[in-house]
Amino acid sequence: MIHYFTSHFATLRLEFWPLLVGGLASGFIYSMVAIGYTLVYGVLRLINFAHSEIFMSGGFASLFLLRAVVGNSQPSGFESVLLVGLGVLAGAVAGGLVAVLVERVAYRPLRRRRAPALAYLISAIGASYFLFNLAGKEFGRNYYTLPILFINRPVFSIFGASVQLYYLVVAGAGAAMLVLLDRVVAKSRLGRGIRAVAQDAETASLMGVNIDRTIVLTFLIGGALGGAAAFLYGIQSGVIYTMGFTPALKAFTAAVLGGIGNIRGAVLGGLLLGVVESLSVAFVSGAYIDVVAFSVLVAVLLFRPTGILGERLGRAA
Amino acid sequence: MLEVSNAVVRYGAIEALHGVSFEVSAGEIVTLLGANGAGKTTTLRMLSGLHAPVAGTITFDGRDVTRTKAHQFTSLGISHVPEGRRIFPQMSVEENLEMGAFRRRGSISEDIDRMYETFPILKERRKQLGGNLSGGEQQMLAIARALMSHPRLLLLDEPSMGLAPMIVEAIFRIIGEIRDAGTTVFLVEQNAAQALRLADRGYVMENGRIVFTDTADKLLVDPRVRAVYLGEAV
Repeated sequence: MIHYFTSHFATLRLEFWPLLVGGLASGFIYSMVAIGYTLVYGVLRLINFAHSEIFMSGGFASLFLLRAVVGNSQPSGFESVLLVGLGVLAGAVAGGLVAVLVERVAYRPLRRRRAPALAYLISAIGASYFLFNLAGKEFGRNYYTLPILFINRPVFSIFGASVQLYYLVVAGAGAAMLVLLDRVVAKSRLGRGIRAVAQDAETASLMGVNIDRTIVLTFLIGGALGGAAAFLYGIQSGVIYTMGFTPALKAFTAAVLGGIGNIRGAVLGGLLLGVVESLSVAFVSGAYIDVVAFSVLVAVLLFRPTGILGERLGRAA
Repeated sequence: MLEVSNAVVRYGAIEALHGVSFEVSAGEIVTLLGANGAGKTTTLRMLSGLHAPVAGTITFDGRDVTRTKAHQFTSLGISHVPEGRRIFPQMSVEENLEMGAFRRRGSISEDIDRMYETFPILKERRKQLGGNLSGGEQQMLAIARALMSHPRLLLLDEPSMGLAPMIVEAIFRIIGEIRDAGTTVFLVEQNAAQALRLADRGYVMENGRIVFTDTADKLLVDPRVRAVYLGEAV
């Protein structure tokens, strides 16, 4: 028993920095997807379980667009930047559109009828099944790889861990979008509207906030971040009609871990979950990585259901 | 300015307002009196689109607003200070004021400064979260927030609720000043004596109906009002 831990801690010491870097990269992806759960929860108090398919749609959109534009020759440095930008854009547009569609078709009719919470859950699961089966039927049930956008190579090393270009792309794009979102919610008129609806929807409408439009914009923003994240995820893991399931469930875990409804909590939860599951590889086989992530979900729900930062709904900072 | 005729409001199967009619003219302070559950708050909620009437009409400045949505009223010039103040708890005092001007374009900093002049306590608390204010401060913030949209008609729901007598005095003085500055006021109050001393006219509501109306001076000495709302033996 003692031997087990000493040997595994030895692995952890050796592998700590590489595992941390990899974990942070997946963490950024979880954070971006977690924002979608947390924003929608903030304004509607419901978990959008169709978010996994919003994610998937972003993956396919970037796949199709990049396949159409990337030729056979290896892209130059400038072209690489352009292609990554295109991929992010395609993912964001598709994710945003599908999210708005889901709101219109699966949730708004229920809101009009003041349906109970359970109806939303069933509707969400229905939308999710419909969307991924539609994608499987239309796009095929195979794995697709994205065209080569850049040559993944070590860029620099930190404490002996080489940091690969892919990780920098994910962290750079992810951090930029998360910071932008944070500023929009904290400072803009749109962000104030979203926070007002989250805190007190009826009073927000007395101030002149159009609740329906705010809800649509919330889905749009969350869907765009999720779709863009799917592109970043797809660069390494490929695209398939079921690709949304596991990352989205982990992002949901991240949102709960940070405190559902809390934007900075979602970011913190995503990064933390990415790192924890990555470091766990030092102790258990990599095959258990999903088990670790969902054990975190169960543990949070048992011991601190409001998450690390708590459910500070609609709070700017 | 505001005319309501035969408005009926339902909550599900229950009829809360059975055809109420009243009017408010520009420059007036009109008060709506009545016991708990008489339909006063429902009437105000109907006037700002939170609960559309199933029958009857509401016109504001000659325009039919019966089916207008809640979020469109501030642009029309009607602002509603809701029952229980409903300050955004996780926003600062200043952000709450900014929410009041949500539909306005252009700079609002002058208006915020004006509110701080009228309510100096809000200036002291400008960075504090709305949820951390006292009841009186929240009421002042709720009124200031409503004024940020430059309303021509201000709807006030129980502004004295739960406040100390001195603060109630201050709030009522400010309501008078708001009218003097040109904003018409429609005031729902349980504190009938105070409301009638300030108002020009009053309506009395019972069980979802307006049962009588008169000038405030006459209502103050009306035995029916004195018995029920001013707590005097007949």
